[in-house]
Amino acid sequence: MGQTIVEKIFSKHAGKKVYAGDFVIAKLDLVMAHDTTCAWAIDPFYEIAQKVWDKNKIFIPFDHAFPAPNIQMAKLQAKIRVFANEQGITITTDGVCHQILSERFINPGNLILGADSHTPTGGGLGALTVGVGSTDAAVAMATGTCWFNVPQTIRIEITGKLKKGVFAKDVILSTAKRIGPEGGNYRVLEYGGETVKNFNISSRLTLTNMSAEMGAKAAIVAPDYQTTAYLKENSRPYVFNCNLKSDRDAKYEKIIHINVADLSPQIAMPPDIDNVEEVQKLESKKIKVDQVFIGSCTNCRIEDLDVVYLMWQKHDLNPQVRTIITPASKRVYLQALAKGYIKFFTKKNTIILSPGCGPCLGRHGGVLYDNEICVSTSNRNFTGRMGSPKAFIYLASPATAAASAITGHITDPRKYL
Amino acid sequence: MNWIFGNNINTDLITPGRYNITTDSKELAKIVFIEHRPEFAKMVKKGDFIIAGNNFGCGSSRETAVTALKACGIKAIIAKSFARIFYRNCIDQGLFAIVVDTQHIGVKDELTININKQLVFNVTQQNEIKAIIPSLMIKLHETGGIIPYLKKNGLKSLKKLFGI
Repeated sequence: MGQTIVEKIFSKHAGKKVYAGDFVIAKLDLVMAHDTTCAWAIDPFYEIAQKVWDKNKIFIPFDHAFPAPNIQMAKLQAKIRVFANEQGITITTDGVCHQILSERFINPGNLILGADSHTPTGGGLGALTVGVGSTDAAVAMATGTCWFNVPQTIRIEITGKLKKGVFAKDVILSTAKRIGPEGGNYRVLEYGGETVKNFNISSRLTLTNMSAEMGAKAAIVAPDYQTTAYLKENSRPYVFNCNLKSDRDAKYEKIIHINVADLSPQIAMPPDIDNVEEVQKLESKKIKVDQVFIGSCTNCRIEDLDVVYLMWQKHDLNPQVRTIITPASKRVYLQALAKGYIKFFTKKNTIILSPGCGPCLGRHGGVLYDNEICVSTSNRNFTGRMGSPKAFIYLASPATAAASAITGHITDPRKYL
Repeated sequence: MNWIFGNNINTDLITPGRYNITTDSKELAKIVFIEHRPEFAKMVKKGDFIIAGNNFGCGSSRETAVTALKACGIKAIIAKSFARIFYRNCIDQGLFAIVVDTQHIGVKDELTININKQLVFNVTQQNEIKAIIPSLMIKLHETGGIIPYLKKNGLKSLKKLFGI
């Protein structure tokens, strides 16, 4: 019987042929835990081990709130530094964990564990990257393995050419609206079809990233020439097995067909990911925006900033809006610097924060107050996510965020492109 | 008593990112539902149940959500369905996360869990509700979680736990 790409990757790492529903203990290629989840993994780790299984296969990024904004966060980071020193692990402070994983670590066919819910992001490179909690991370750091129930796969087949002003973020918001916050629970979402084939890695990472919001265990796009080009660009030439895709007779739980040819810019209204509306429908309501956040593991790669730069060429930004830009990584920051964007954005009076998670989780740099409204390119619009539980978070593409920064209210980006 | 919640209760509501910056479970117990249900942390008693709808524990992977509920003395979380990372975290920490049709459970209903028969018995209403309690969850509930299990039996015992 044929296998899905997910079953193939699990089989390789479990050392036997497995299918959805099987329990496996699989060998891991890498374990990631960041400046909060790693802190919670240390005590459990020392309960069961003294030394990590392989110090070169443990990745600890400080990204959720770095440099530390308060004593509590400084304390967690200090605890992790002691652990990292004891174990000989290097701490990275170069940006959002998922972006750094994509730029530096993930190869097609890998099985990677990350103590962060947005770990499915890395599947945009054709790997299986699974999010877990801190106890699983502790066990994985000790043993180099993790237990899994091999999941069912839902194939999402996307066709149609996107219209101008419509991006991968709009595609995934409309997908979330369709399948809901639980639609991918315990499953892997496998994206394919003509549209995905034409998406660059940056766009694919937006799809896989947001899959976490549908409950997915992981998300994946089979590797192809775009993947090869991305790896080469990031100084990681890697030859992958061309068999690394789902077999023709593989068994999917279901296949969902989505045509995006007529899709318009989409926006998720608070407080749920599937509370999605067309931006043009909200525009007439003149919803006043207090803050625009262009950042996070969902949407702040150089391709996103290219769009923002282009849109702001002939327009000043609304001075009533605090516009915050957080490049996803140091590499993205340097790319933006080389292209003159940092100077341009600074002159536009935006606030450029150091690469990292930024205001996404409400811990520092752009916390919202009561009744404030934020248009964010991130992935969560939960109550209280970015600060006051009385604030409102709307999720949209960088283009919609950039248009809203110009006008000061939620705005369809198409007239600025 | 039973603390009743709706659908899609995310971990940002359980332990908000602005408050869960500690590894101390007693501190975490004080901030559970601090904004969503401010009276919870003060009034919750050992042996209480959480009763919820679909997709309980969705969102962030933060294990503090489980640590905090466990530290509060919650006996079991009973929901129509759970988000997967939260569910795994409950298994790992030996906290019962039981899939049950919770529709008719009231605040004051007395509940008992029957592991062998895979049931939740509503003593007040005198009815049995079918439950899903995987054997792995039962095993790790007995040991107090996967860490005490591995500490006692050694790292190689992981395979034995799954009968692989």
